Amino acid sequence: MPLRAKVASSVSRTAAALSRAAGRGDGSVIGGWIGLKIDPDLLAHLSAGRAIALVSGTNGKTTTTRLTSAAVGVLGRVATNSFGANMPSGHTSALAKAGSTPYAVLEVDEHYLAQVLEATEPHVVALLNLSRDQLDRAKEVAMMAQLWRAALVRHTNVRVVANADDPLVVWAATPPGDPARGINPPHVTWFSAGQRWHDDSWVCPECGSTIQRSGGQWWCTGCPLRRPEPQWVVEDEGVLDPTGAWHKVSLQLPGKVNLGNAATALAVAAEFGVRPVDAVSRLGIVTSVAGRYAQVDKDGRNIRLLLAKNPASWLEAFDMADDAPTLLSINARDPDGLDTSWLYDVDFSPLRGRQVLITGDRAFDLAVRLDVNDVPFQHVRTFGDALRSVPPGRLEVIANYTAFQDIRAELDRVI
Amino acid sequence: MSSESLRIVWIYPDLLSTYGDRGNALILARRARQRGMPVEVLEVRSDQQLPATADIYLVGGGEDGPQALGAQRLLADGGLHRAVAQGSVVFGVCAGYQLLGTSFFAKGVQCRGLELLDLQSDRGESRAVGELAGEIDPRLGLPPLTGFENHGGRTHLGPEVSPLARVTAGVGNNGATEGAWRGKLLGTYSHGPALARNPALADLLLRWATGAHQLPPLDDTWSDRLRNERRSAVAAARA
Repeated sequence: MPLRAKVASSVSRTAAALSRAAGRGDGSVIGGWIGLKIDPDLLAHLSAGRAIALVSGTNGKTTTTRLTSAAVGVLGRVATNSFGANMPSGHTSALAKAGSTPYAVLEVDEHYLAQVLEATEPHVVALLNLSRDQLDRAKEVAMMAQLWRAALVRHTNVRVVANADDPLVVWAATPPGDPARGINPPHVTWFSAGQRWHDDSWVCPECGSTIQRSGGQWWCTGCPLRRPEPQWVVEDEGVLDPTGAWHKVSLQLPGKVNLGNAATALAVAAEFGVRPVDAVSRLGIVTSVAGRYAQVDKDGRNIRLLLAKNPASWLEAFDMADDAPTLLSINARDPDGLDTSWLYDVDFSPLRGRQVLITGDRAFDLAVRLDVNDVPFQHVRTFGDALRSVPPGRLEVIANYTAFQDIRAELDRVI
Repeated sequence: MSSESLRIVWIYPDLLSTYGDRGNALILARRARQRGMPVEVLEVRSDQQLPATADIYLVGGGEDGPQALGAQRLLADGGLHRAVAQGSVVFGVCAGYQLLGTSFFAKGVQCRGLELLDLQSDRGESRAVGELAGEIDPRLGLPPLTGFENHGGRTHLGPEVSPLARVTAGVGNNGATEGAWRGKLLGTYSHGPALARNPALADLLLRWATGAHQLPPLDDTWSDRLRNERRSAVAAARA
């Protein structure tokens, strides 16, 4: 590593430690930010010599990154940005902090995928899904697919692991090659993890015709784009690998969506030569991910935290939540997206019959939404009020990003 | 009303449903049912024919590609034009508002609109993203408009339409006016969704559709709290 990069890396680690000591955060961003100021190529320098996997998509990337790290850990030490700091400053921090490791698994914000592909030259990139998320500042969904596709054209040697159930991902993962110039499209391994949310992929990204769906299959009515045959498939409580062998997956994380994330993790690890039979037991050690799915006992209540950032992830959260009193908390600060209209893209009717409490900066938006949805609720001002309003036992907490962090802070930053 | 129940058509949810547009259909249907009106909500996809006999048609927002495609299909279908000729109510939001005009821009190309409203849209220098508020045309007798806008368009009104509101916060059409209306056709840039933030606007559409001069009042406690909270937030942001 060049001297400048060594200095930058060392300063980066120190700043992260200072940030943690000062109680100003978990230090997963600030160190990398300072390091990149000293050496703009620091991420590339820190990536050199490591076999790297990138994980990107709208939903599930933090959890999938965590599961993939566990699976690749079969082979040796793995550097990872396990706190969800998923932009280049976070990657830089994570790699600097980890020191020399043979492997790295990095969660990447979907907007930064092209840049991080460039800097880290990964061995494999996992593409999970694309759906509407914070449209007031994020790129439109179809445009994001276009950016991914353009980035993959420039990195045709990377191995791609992609979701066969998401038409936008399939299209993004299959850019045309240019045989005349010796450019072949990237090699893709497909997984099927199901897709509960369809409302962003009714229109073909290639030709604009309608996408038809039936029995798990999908196809464009105007061009050849259709669901590819997946090599990795969730089946019952386990995963089918490309040889047809079925592996039981026992997770501590709830919901079908996490079985899909496990299948993705096994598929990515396989690209490094990890056999699923060796990796599968390691997935069960993951209990919570940056507070997500964490369970905390307080005042006789067993509180479980579920993060739901956008319509697709709310549907998944309802699937995971137990039939128990449920606190919903909504903010609309910058990281959440400022527009709360998406609340109407979520059907809250699965909550009918449960005790529902609402809180957060934008609780009134949620109140109007639940009212129209015929879901009775009670508004509470604080998390403490919520705790006092429910009987002892399980309390499910479903919150969007900053609301989740607020509650996590009340519970002493559970991990 | 055209039949024994109030028929609401949500036009092309597969194309024009960017952000909570379903909410406008849900709010309308609920407010009608709470007044004892039987309601039928039809979601008509872009590969289906549009019925011309419904009472209220909703056109939502969409990305550039789907907006252009939606306009083409509506022009080819002709159902919405027939419905308007028969006096149906049309409510357009954002991309759905723009395509009711004579022309709009999508992916840098000027596209033909439905020519139901005398207005045309082009691109502004920057995207308008944030809270949108305004004083509504006094002839409509409604409380102030509140919403959230997120669009790159600027809309120029012709003489045959009136602005829906005078802007007090945000951009709307051009920083001065927001939305437009003529007869029983009304368009706005407000998301939120618009009818969740502005239940009185929902009631206006219901009155237009039914011919009722007045509708029984409803318990709008939560909507009122939401409106007050948004008004305070806009005022605080300005201070």
